Formats: sequence, C-alpha cells, structure tokens
Amino acid sequence: MRDVAVIGIGMNRWGELWEKSHRQIWTEAALEAIDDAGVDHVDAMFVGCMSGGLFMGQEHLGAMLADQLGMGPIPGTRVESACASGGLAFRQAYLSVASGMHDIVLASGLEKMTDVDGGAATYALSTAADQEYECFHGITFPGLYAMMARAHMAKYGTTEEQLAAVAVKNHENGSKNPLAQFPMKVTAEQVMNSVLVADPLRILHCSPITDGAAAGILVPLDMAKKMSDKPLVKVAASAQASDSIALHDREEITWIGSTAKAAEDAYKQAGCTPKEISFCEVHDCFTIAEIMVTEALGFFDRGQGGKAAESGETALGGTIPINPSGGLKSKGHPVGATGVAQIRELVMQLRGECGERQVKDAVRGMSQNMGGTGASTAVHILERV
Amino acid sequence: MIGSSRYWREVPQRYRYEAAKCTKCGKIFFPPRLVCNGCRSREFETVTLAQEGVLETFTVIRVAPTGFGDETPYAVGIIKLDDGVRITSQVVDCDVEKLNIGDRLRLEFRKVQEDGESGVICYGYKFVPAN
Repeated sequence: MRDVAVIGIGMNRWGELWEKSHRQIWTEAALEAIDDAGVDHVDAMFVGCMSGGLFMGQEHLGAMLADQLGMGPIPGTRVESACASGGLAFRQAYLSVASGMHDIVLASGLEKMTDVDGGAATYALSTAADQEYECFHGITFPGLYAMMARAHMAKYGTTEEQLAAVAVKNHENGSKNPLAQFPMKVTAEQVMNSVLVADPLRILHCSPITDGAAAGILVPLDMAKKMSDKPLVKVAASAQASDSIALHDREEITWIGSTAKAAEDAYKQAGCTPKEISFCEVHDCFTIAEIMVTEALGFFDRGQGGKAAESGETALGGTIPINPSGGLKSKGHPVGATGVAQIRELVMQLRGECGERQVKDAVRGMSQNMGGTGASTAVHILERV
Repeated sequence: MIGSSRYWREVPQRYRYEAAKCTKCGKIFFPPRLVCNGCRSREFETVTLAQEGVLETFTVIRVAPTGFGDETPYAVGIIKLDDGVRITSQVVDCDVEKLNIGDRLRLEFRKVQEDGESGVICYGYKFVPAN
C-alpha cells in the first residue's frame, strides 16, 4: 500500500440552498478542491450520498457527477452508508490511491435535502434505521438518540446541562466558521428551554436539515511532495466498522461499538494513542452522540463524556478540542457530505488555515463519521508531514 | 408506509411473535435470521417470544413521522423480554410522563398504524403495564 496525501479541499456555504441544484452545489465544491490541489484532471471520483432517490428523486449520481465535472469517461462511483456515506467515500478514494489503482482521485460528498418537505426528509433519514422493526412502531431518529440519551443518563448520571454544553460549545465554534449554516451562538438556557422533539432531546440538541457538498483530492504522498507547495497532510489511518442496524440488537445501548472498533483499528494503523490526537471532528448528529462518541474514541472513560463537555475539556483550547468546525450541529448536516467536510476541517487545521477557530499546535487530527444510530462508522487520522 | 405484500410477509412476526432459536447456542432472534451471529450456526427452531419484559429505555415522541401525527405524545421504548430478546415497541395504556426505566410490561396485540398508503391497516404488538 502507498502512503496517501490530501492536497486539495473544497466546500461551499451550507444551508437551505433553494436557488441551487445538486449539480451546481456538488460541482462548485469539486472544482474548488481541484483548483486547491492544482491538478488539471482526476483519474476517478467517489461521491458519498445517502439518498439521492428519496431527497431528489435522482439516483445514478456517480456517472452524472463525473459528467458534470467535464471528465466524462472516468469511473464515477456513488457510496452509500447512510450518514457515514461521506466518510466511506473518502475511504474508498483513499483505498484506490493506496492500492495503486489510481493516482489522482476526487473524494466527495453531497446531499440536497430541502427539495422535499420536512415529513419526506424525516422519512428519508429514517431509512437509516430498521424500517420493519424500529420505524414501523413510530420511532424517529431523534427518538432513537433520545433512547440512547435516557439510558446514558440513567446509567452514568449524564445531565441535561451536560447535553446542552455540547450544543453551546459547537455553536461557539461554528460562529467562527464562515461556511456554517447556523453560526449563531446559543446559551445553555436556550437549549434547555427549546421545544421537545423526543424526550429528553429538544430541537437545539439536533443537527439541522442542510443542502451542501464537500470534496478533497487524494494523491500518493511521493507525488504530493513534487506537486504541492502547501503544508503536506497525509492519511495516517483509514478504518471502518459495522454493528447491528437496530439499536435494540446492540450489546449495550450506551456504547457505540462500531466507533470503538474503527478507532481501535485507526490507532493501530497510525501508531498513536488517543492522547496523541490534537483535535477531533465527530458525528454530533445529536448532542448525546458527541458525548458517547468521545467515550468510544477513548478520549474519556465510559460515562464521562458529558462531564468532559461541561468542564470545557472539549472546547477550543481544551485538552482535546472536539468539533472545532462547529460540528454537524452548527455547520449543518447534509448527510452524505458530512464525512468529507470533516476531512476538509482536518486538512485546514493541519495546514494552519482556520483563523479564529485554529487549534494550537495541531499536528494530528481525527474524524469520526457514523451512519444511523452507529451501525456504521468511518474513522480517519490525518497528520501533518 | 408498508405495502400489502410486505405486510403479509411479516404476519408471522407481527401476529404470532415467531422468533428463531439457535439450536446450537440457544440465542433467540427476532425477526428470524439464517445465520446465528453468536456461533454462526444455521440451524434454528421456531419459538414464540416471551410475552413480558422490562423497559430498558424509552422516549416520548412529540414530533411524529407520517402516519403517527394524531397520536402524539406517545411513548416508544426498548423492552428486554424475559427470554432475553430486546424489541422496540410503543408503550400504551399508561401516563407517558410517569413511565420509568425498569417498569414491567406485557405484550398485547393492537393496531399499530391506522392506515398505510396502500390502504392496509397494520396490526402488531404494543406493550402495556404488566399490572
């Protein structure tokens, strides 16, 4: 396997982009990555998209988007793993370069979620859960994470204040990200008084519905050294793991096993420990998710993620900054694009390009992107060379 | 929503609570599977789910998916049955504000969805307080 570097990144402002089609949103991000890398072509492309069919009535995105890029005959592959589609698309791009199959590969993610109404969007997202044995009974995605939250609170004493601290911190970080969908700051009081969606989760515990795309260019590290004058960022680990799709089939409702397994593999590949990670972008689709994920990644002991968020350990300047970009909560969550946008944040941080939200002395960044209630996880570690 | 052929196919689970018990290691799967994820055995016998269990976690749905809007607020929980099987189900005939983890619940046959897009009325299991 060859060492692989990320030499270009692209992303546009996320939000409710009613005036733009998915073709435009995606192509803008892809072209930005290509220009950032300074390449004139790509040999293959991957796009992570959870549900073009349900959100836009459009499948067959691999070929469609390869054509939009003006690079017609190249292999265009769409990757799907619910909300982890982007992370997996990046991983497929990484594998195709590392294996020697291709030299210059575009990894990208896309979701256009506001062409349908809220009910249809909720339904599309719910297909990431077990339709016949979870959704049949009237459960929603906020509902599934709410059940995880209640179990975590009962088992470990996690509080509503601790859940709120995650939202407050991520909006604080997002206020420093010019591309964030919801860059406003929120207070713990606002979070805890916002409307209940599924007890104990409220609307300000939830990530939003978003249109957006993100992209990156991967090449062999040896080639990157000759072609890029920017600080070099290499992929030190790419790991993926699976778990049962239904929450009720898990060994433990309060533990995200796929994330723990992918992280274990990633630490082994990179030859590092959780303490040697400078910062981490995690999949905070709901505030409880960030708490549980920071435990599964080994940053905190089981049950201690809430306390860590409340005490400021995960803030910018804390012992392990989590979601300096603002996370899904503030930056937005166009599901298929999220995993690639996490990679973009890693590259920017490692290049030292993040301005106000820059993590000091960032040398090694981690991203964690998961599908459903944690049935799939992609974990990546990127390092400054 | 659920089409009629799919609903018909699910009748053994929805009406008769049929599960598959691994004849090698004894693990019970609901719905049935072809391979045991504990011991990889492919030999199963059909068993009926235990009808009582304990509430492991739950939520109260305030913003409902299509088809459940008239029922809010309603409780959905994960129930660990006495045979060790965990399932997701609505918890009804109770004050949702007074539900607690650890509550003992009993399975009952109820209407789950009023009407699918295909016009099928979907029956299945819901849980109620055991006492």
